[in-house]
Amino acid sequence: MKFSNAWLREWVNPQLSAQELADQITMAGLEVDGVEPVAGDFTGVVVGEILACEQHPDADKLRVCTVAGHPDGEMQVVCGAPNARAGIKVPFALVGAVLPGDFKIKKAKLRGVESRGMLCAQNELELGEDSDGIWELPTDAPTGTDLREYLQLDDVAIEVDLTPNRSDCLGIAGVAREVGVLNRCPVEGPAIEPVKPTIDDSLPVSLMDGEACPRYVGRVIRNIDVSAQTPLWMQERLRRAGLRSIDPVVDVTNYVLLELGQPMHAFDLAKLEGGIKVRLAEQGEKLTLLDGQEVTLEEGTLLITDGKKPLAMAGIMGGEESAVSGETRDIFLESAFFNPLAIAGKARSYGLHTDSSHRFERGVDYRLQEKAVERATQLLLDIVGGEPGPVHLREMEETMPAERHITLRRARVESGLGVKIADDEIVDILTRLGLEKIDQGDEGWTFLVPSFRFDLAIEADLLEELARVYGYNRIPSVSFSAALDIVPDHEVELDGTILEQTLLARGYHEAITFSFIDRDTAALFDPSAEPVALQNPISADLAVMRTSLIPGLCKSLQYNLNRQQDRVRLFETGLRFVPGADLQQQPMLAGLVYGPRQAESWTGGKEWVDFYDIKADVEALLAETNAADEFRFEAGEHPALHPGQCARILRGERQVGVVGALHPQLQKKLDLPKAAFVFELDLEAIGESRLPSFRPLSRFPAVRRDLALLIDADVQAASLVETAAGAAGEMLTDLKIFDVYQGEGIDFNRKSVAMGLTFQHPSRTLNDEEITAAVDAVVKQLEQKYNASLR
Amino acid sequence: MQDLQSLTEEALAQVAKAEDLAGLDQVRVDYLGKKGQLTALLKGLGKLSAEERPAAGAKINEAKQQVQEQINARRAALEEAAINAKLAAETIDVTLPGRGEEPGNAHPVTRTLRRIEKLFVRLGFSVEEGPEIEDDYHNFEALNIPAHHPARAMHDTFYIDPSTVLRTHTSPVQIRTMEKAAPPIRIICPGRVYRCDSDVTHSPMFHQVEGLVVDKGVSFAHLKGCVDQFLKAFFEADVPVRFRPSYFPFTEPSAEVDIQCTACGGDGCRVCSGTGWLEVMGCGMVHPNVFASCNIDSDEYTGFAFGMGVERLAMLRYGVNDLRLFFDNDLRFLKQF
Repeated sequence: MKFSNAWLREWVNPQLSAQELADQITMAGLEVDGVEPVAGDFTGVVVGEILACEQHPDADKLRVCTVAGHPDGEMQVVCGAPNARAGIKVPFALVGAVLPGDFKIKKAKLRGVESRGMLCAQNELELGEDSDGIWELPTDAPTGTDLREYLQLDDVAIEVDLTPNRSDCLGIAGVAREVGVLNRCPVEGPAIEPVKPTIDDSLPVSLMDGEACPRYVGRVIRNIDVSAQTPLWMQERLRRAGLRSIDPVVDVTNYVLLELGQPMHAFDLAKLEGGIKVRLAEQGEKLTLLDGQEVTLEEGTLLITDGKKPLAMAGIMGGEESAVSGETRDIFLESAFFNPLAIAGKARSYGLHTDSSHRFERGVDYRLQEKAVERATQLLLDIVGGEPGPVHLREMEETMPAERHITLRRARVESGLGVKIADDEIVDILTRLGLEKIDQGDEGWTFLVPSFRFDLAIEADLLEELARVYGYNRIPSVSFSAALDIVPDHEVELDGTILEQTLLARGYHEAITFSFIDRDTAALFDPSAEPVALQNPISADLAVMRTSLIPGLCKSLQYNLNRQQDRVRLFETGLRFVPGADLQQQPMLAGLVYGPRQAESWTGGKEWVDFYDIKADVEALLAETNAADEFRFEAGEHPALHPGQCARILRGERQVGVVGALHPQLQKKLDLPKAAFVFELDLEAIGESRLPSFRPLSRFPAVRRDLALLIDADVQAASLVETAAGAAGEMLTDLKIFDVYQGEGIDFNRKSVAMGLTFQHPSRTLNDEEITAAVDAVVKQLEQKYNASLR
Repeated sequence: MQDLQSLTEEALAQVAKAEDLAGLDQVRVDYLGKKGQLTALLKGLGKLSAEERPAAGAKINEAKQQVQEQINARRAALEEAAINAKLAAETIDVTLPGRGEEPGNAHPVTRTLRRIEKLFVRLGFSVEEGPEIEDDYHNFEALNIPAHHPARAMHDTFYIDPSTVLRTHTSPVQIRTMEKAAPPIRIICPGRVYRCDSDVTHSPMFHQVEGLVVDKGVSFAHLKGCVDQFLKAFFEADVPVRFRPSYFPFTEPSAEVDIQCTACGGDGCRVCSGTGWLEVMGCGMVHPNVFASCNIDSDEYTGFAFGMGVERLAMLRYGVNDLRLFFDNDLRFLKQF
């Protein structure tokens, strides 16, 4: 809602500057978005009259005009506007004038002809968008008058960004009421007297759907002159509210919309084949709207018809065919109340949003219709003349919005707001807002809600009204108190920040990528899944919900590689969306490493990361559960990962993650010069840690024995360790592989593995025979199972 | 005995001249060893008379001791010099950087979230999370935003299907919490939210923290106190805070909260569009209809809720000037936090 400050001041005029007023209403909940001058910054422009207009001797497109308006007399001005002609009044910038943009008007010669001043177009004065020619002012504009004074341009337009609940302020009348309440000053609009009908003509109106349209007011006006000009004052008020002048009939209905908040429509009476019938559309009916587009109507759209054909989409937009045109002589004025529920969402479903639909879907005063018709009639008769018929009201009493009563408990004001407001002030505030006190008791009051306040229904709504007018910032700020119970802390639930800290300490940076990615990328990483798609994505790049966090990290990797970052370590936590009958939204932790193992430095940074680097990071994460032994890595497959460098991570039998090198083909598609390594873990599955449980420390010496074995190259370390540990017996406390060698000196399908076994007994010193027996058992098992031989 | 004195002087001179431990030891052997010259003098005592012998022996021993002491002193000096030389040889350039991994950084959004969480957890709030693909009921209906409500237009919702959306705020977590827990409730709900809007100042995905307090006797003054204290604590400054009436379907009364512009101190600048104030959150008293949809008696309990944009707070706190930087994951950006 944008309006002229001067217009508002005709209704209510507190002793406040425009800015102070804007601040005041902002703090009352009508947020002012801007206070802008209504015209460009200019001086020295007067109403000029072109007395004579002749062709420039040396330029086809220029004319030499003799212009009146300068205090010193007639001036010669060269002008290029096609509409320059004798007899019209135009804005005349005198020599010495300064136009918007600090453009100074000086004496000049144009193609050898002297020019003293400039004739201006609307846009050159920032007074409108018209740039087609010089601005033709009304013929009665007094020549020589300063244009700012003539147009009352020392005004500002105030733009209020209204919240959807405040439809009552979608008109000057409503804003004025609000300003009156805040300043406790009188509010008075223009006198609106019923216009006596001079003819009897009226149209019958049938309301076929009383729920959607319970109230409809119509009036016939005959013999109007649509060629009349909308008066400049009205054009200016419309312009300052952001509306363009169209023709006098449309301008008047728009003016009433802005003034009172009632959307209206005027039909060309001659195009109507019968009485008005307001009904719901049938599927497939067609209507060509005012903006020229033909729409196929959906069932349930409320229509204004003449019994034969649709005329208008009720409360949203009129039809082209029945619209007022240059030939129109008789009109039918509509001023109706459409139920917000009947209009809400409809305009949007057709891709429309109009000043009318904006108001109806939020709620228009359901008692305003006659007043609006009278006001419009009054204005129309002044401009286009005509003979008005009687005001015809059709109302479905049983489906009219019910009167609302709200009881306000005195005690609730204080307990709800935390401040005591005096009874008198409570009643005064609410009464000024238009509520009517209809009952009063020991506990509080009952109020009748005015027909223009759709947002007031319950006690809490009145608390807000009181708080708003009383002033939010006068209500104290108080610390709240509560019983501070200590609640149990689940120690085994792994605090997510621990995993985060682990990765940060290992040189990872945290990334946050979009949860939606493009479909092709999603398919590259997870070809078998049909990802959850958005119906209305912002772009194809952000169209489907990720089924993994890895694609996002890869994209961030590309982004950084393109910016000369050659060592990238990133992780992200967030949901992945696993499609299926039962959509899973799983919290995941994913990481990516790329580039040198260490940052480039004098100590290193020459070696590139490999699988075991990222595996160590994953192991460090798993170790945070204090249950690393519950996890195991198995050679696995993943469509996005290198088939030979990919491990599934299992906790028990449940797969909890994956780690590996990006598949070389994918690497190529992503244009990555070298291999990237990634992991992804299911946070819920690793989120449960094991409570530490103390084991006594042995006071007896540990004994270590090392074994060097030759085994088949395809035997996996995990199997070897598992078998060895199983054979070594209970005294084994540690087993590590400390060397793996394949190559020269060894059969090509064999490898050498060195393992260290540590034995210790909790309560005595182990003797040599026991250890030798244990080691022998290990060797024997490995020989049998893996064809191992001691080196 | 003339010999003894010159021999002693000669020995002492040799000691002083010794350049290293080996040389010094040679001197010791030469004079004090079994075949050393001073030791040899002792052997010559037999030629003296019994009367002369003790005095002469004592003199020789005295000389030997003197030489031995000088040798000891010289050895200590040489040893210290050797250590010093070794230490000098081991000197490194301590200004070269250390070896190993440089730690990474948490994302500024996470950093900000953690700060917010910390402040509220101290007050006994717990942290609750919820799904991001949300049903219409929890995202809208239960929050008093029925179908076609004009407020839905404020949300620019991403739809999965007509009854499933990407949550437009973290408020559904309020509902999910109230559905399962009875008051008193004190929670904050951090997380990703989505709006179908993308330009310089809007990201289709961003983060919110929603807070909810439900208890007996909670008033608007308590809401003001909580929000005011939070903002002052977050910005570590006595920043002026103001409350403006606003509209959210799920709260009544509702307010927008502004802080005085942190960039210009209220004078008006580009950051605050000249107003001197910055909008930082929305809040209000929980609407009775919201309580009703969670079976909480609004005559017995009242509550307040507030919601803030995490990126917005992070931008103000750290001076980030472009929202889009948060999701580019440019390492040059991430490394700054």
